[in-house]
Amino acid sequence: MLSEAKHPGLARSVALIALAAIVLALPFLLRALGFDFYLSLASRIVVYAIAATSLNLVLGYGGMVSFGHAAFVGLGAYVTGVMISEGVQSGSAHLGAVVLVTAFAALAIGAISLRTRGVYFIMITLAFAQMLFYLANSVKGYGGDEGLNVRARSLFSLGGWVLDLKNPLALYYVALAVLAASLFALARFVPSRLGYAMLAIRDDDVRAEAIGFPTYRYKLVVFVAAGVLGGIAGALSVNLQGYVSPNALHWTQSGTLMVMVILGGVATVWGGVAGAAVLLLLQEMLGSWTEHGEFWTGWVLLAVVLFARRGLVGIALSRRAQSAT
Amino acid sequence: MLIVEQALNGLQFGLMLFLLAAGLTLVFGVMDMINLAHGSLYMVGAFVAAWLVALTGSFVLGIAGAVVLTAVFGMALEVVLLRTLYARDHLSQVLATFALILILNDGVKMIFGNDLPLSAPAALAGPVELLPGLVYPAYRLLILAVGLVLALLLWLLVQKTRMGALVRAGASNRTMATALGVDITRLFTFVFGIGAALCAVAGALLGPLLAVQVGMGENILILAFVVIVIGGIGSIRGALVGAILVGGIDTLGRTLLQHLFREFLPPQWASAAGPAVASVAVYVFMAVVLAVKPQGLFPARG
Repeated sequence: MLSEAKHPGLARSVALIALAAIVLALPFLLRALGFDFYLSLASRIVVYAIAATSLNLVLGYGGMVSFGHAAFVGLGAYVTGVMISEGVQSGSAHLGAVVLVTAFAALAIGAISLRTRGVYFIMITLAFAQMLFYLANSVKGYGGDEGLNVRARSLFSLGGWVLDLKNPLALYYVALAVLAASLFALARFVPSRLGYAMLAIRDDDVRAEAIGFPTYRYKLVVFVAAGVLGGIAGALSVNLQGYVSPNALHWTQSGTLMVMVILGGVATVWGGVAGAAVLLLLQEMLGSWTEHGEFWTGWVLLAVVLFARRGLVGIALSRRAQSAT
Repeated sequence: MLIVEQALNGLQFGLMLFLLAAGLTLVFGVMDMINLAHGSLYMVGAFVAAWLVALTGSFVLGIAGAVVLTAVFGMALEVVLLRTLYARDHLSQVLATFALILILNDGVKMIFGNDLPLSAPAALAGPVELLPGLVYPAYRLLILAVGLVLALLLWLLVQKTRMGALVRAGASNRTMATALGVDITRLFTFVFGIGAALCAVAGALLGPLLAVQVGMGENILILAFVVIVIGGIGSIRGALVGAILVGGIDTLGRTLLQHLFREFLPPQWASAAGPAVASVAVYVFMAVVLAVKPQGLFPARG
């Protein structure tokens, strides 16, 4: 019995170590195979995985169906882009500004939106993101509707040693480190006091409030944390693409992040990663085979809704549960 | 005169928004279904109309054909796919209808290309003098007239017919309506068809003013959602009031704010800030309405 209980934990550790080895060695594997081009795709997957994971925190664990998460990702991207185009290259200054701005924005948006619930919460968060979308369209000084191109990237100087995110390898590993840290934090959050409180609030917030949890304050904390993490993903995306446009704030972008979370698995630690990887790889593969990649991506998503109700991670979990019995 | 003209433009845009919002609010209110693909029906309607107008050479025939085809398409979509989603949670509905947007956008691109030309009939191309000194494009008057007639017909349908009573019963309490023997499922295939037909009318009529292009449904869809949230989900009357308010704020805001900004902002900022602030104003208005009346202006559920 004991060994059986220990076994899945061991298998999981082995799988995690193998996965870590593969993603760490990926740039060198790609170079050895002559697929250097795919490194930027890998970085894009990692950046989207961070954004999707941050949405999964609000949407999956917090039960707050935010339809405006692109607001924070886009805001982080714009703060970084504007600072770079103004000549500020210090990565730590970018990071500080992104954290401050997105935390403040998430605090303001969350404080108002969290007074509503259900469909109205969905619509209010969407409305705030749309406001920022139109605002970004109107600031002609920073590209307006054409978007903002930046030549330089964030520079981190660590005691004489300089890390320039213009280097694709540096960007990949920095993004990977951020993703690993957020997954670790999420895995620690779930069985924490606040994590259990959030689950109680998500499943029945009236009861949670009656028990004595400060539900509004807890939800706001989680909403702000997710907004900041989304902003950091946005800062990384500017460094990856050298470009940010109002489309980063458009509702279809929020929709894409939501699709990643639902596809991967709502309220699962790996759901955001799985959803981002599968959706982007699918688009890339289908896009290279046919001119109409979106068309077939849509069919795959429909199949997932109809036949895999708990997302991809859900399938993996239920298969493991089946093999255990 | 400018204000009258812009007020007419606002009313015209509001009526078109109403055509989109009418179907959306019923599906949302009665079946508790978030249908992001509603904007895609608007796009499909516009493309089919542009294609048929070019094929037949007649604007009226083209629109009529587009209305029928889009309604049939909408009903088929409802029977095959959307019906299975009614019982699912909102997140599944979002994922499925988002997938539908991808499929329909790319599908339309495969069949018709990225965009199609569609212009107003030549007879209506010129302006009309409404009052001494007030000229207004004839085509926009047509849109206004069609919008008003359809709004009236829809009101009669919902308020004065047996079917309308059943739909209202469903919006107010679906479980009770079903228990009393109303076949909500079949009723809603029909309602969905009407909603799709109205989308096609709006798409075809707005086609010559805006552009018939892939992705045209995405921006207007969100405005339609704002309309039904302001009006109260499930309420046709609310959708009409909400649509006219949103259309008015958006259109009047664009021009009047631009004039206002020109007074104290450099011109290149004024021309950009006007539309942006007007677009934002719509959402601010929604937030204010929800703060005062969380169920919208005309709550359907009693």
